[in-house]
Amino acid sequence: MKRRLAVLALVPATAIAAALAWAAYAPIRSASHDALFEIPQGTWARRMAGEKAEILPDTITLVLGVNDVLLLRNSDTVPQIFGPVLIMPGQDFRLPFEQAGEHPFACTAHASGQMTVVVKPTPLAGWQRLQWRLQSLLDKAPWRD
Amino acid sequence: MSRPYLFALLLAAAGFAHAADKLKAGTFDPPREAPQIALKAADGKDFALDKYRGKVVVLEFGYTSCADVCPVSLALLKQAREKLGALGDKLQVVFVTVDPRRDTAPKLKAYLEQFDKSFVGLTGTEEQMAAIRKAYGISATKKMVEGSKTEYTMGHSSYLYFIDPQGRLRALMPFGRPADDIVHDVSLLARGQ
Repeated sequence: MKRRLAVLALVPATAIAAALAWAAYAPIRSASHDALFEIPQGTWARRMAGEKAEILPDTITLVLGVNDVLLLRNSDTVPQIFGPVLIMPGQDFRLPFEQAGEHPFACTAHASGQMTVVVKPTPLAGWQRLQWRLQSLLDKAPWRD
Repeated sequence: MSRPYLFALLLAAAGFAHAADKLKAGTFDPPREAPQIALKAADGKDFALDKYRGKVVVLEFGYTSCADVCPVSLALLKQAREKLGALGDKLQVVFVTVDPRRDTAPKLKAYLEQFDKSFVGLTGTEEQMAAIRKAYGISATKKMVEGSKTEYTMGHSSYLYFIDPQGRLRALMPFGRPADDIVHDVSLLARGQ
């Protein structure tokens, strides 16, 4: 009886261990590397009317090899300036990052006029990758800090 | 060669080709026509951006007193032009000053010749240069040097602006990318991508 119970306990423990091992060591694959930020239609008008219209966070966190392309979409009816980039209405700007680091930008789409893109290195196999997967499970859009 | 192995090789090659076909710079979709620039160039000749259709034009906004960003980018562009070999003639570098008060035509011409004689320099009145910056969404801010009443630096965009042979503003490359990235993107654009 005791032996049977031990075997029964071993099955879920083994399954959890296997899942954790997979999460820690399996390569990260992502369908799209894009981290999309959209400036919706009417943003400019709302801001002109004195409303708060926060679209972009203070910090965007990207991860190399996972979601390392910042995709800015201007769905508003007026041009928007993001750092040195003038994005026309209906236009996308796709900026790939190849190096980890911090990139501060001036941005008219942000009420404070400033934002920072933090590019983190690819999570290494082991604890880093496990941590990243757990965080991704909790957050649908992990690049929004 | 076994079929699965050949298939895997083809898949890998297709993946590589797809990655190689993408520009390394930030790209616009859809691209818009690059705002026209028409000025007297630093060498005294008339300059019109739309006369460069058929070439890849790389715009750099900067100033000759810039100590860190501009000389590095210009040196990288010179290096890229050399690395392009025969395709080098398809690249036209245009340096647009953000400091027209100090960057006179002769000063700009002499400065650019230190890098590459083919580089075109553009300067004009404060209003003319401000209009160009506005069309490209660029800001330039003057900052006085501490302890001086006359010396100043200019804060400006350090990106390179890529205009394709059809005259469309296609891409922006952040400062500090290697010359090989410029070569890669100019080659793709020159081939009509």
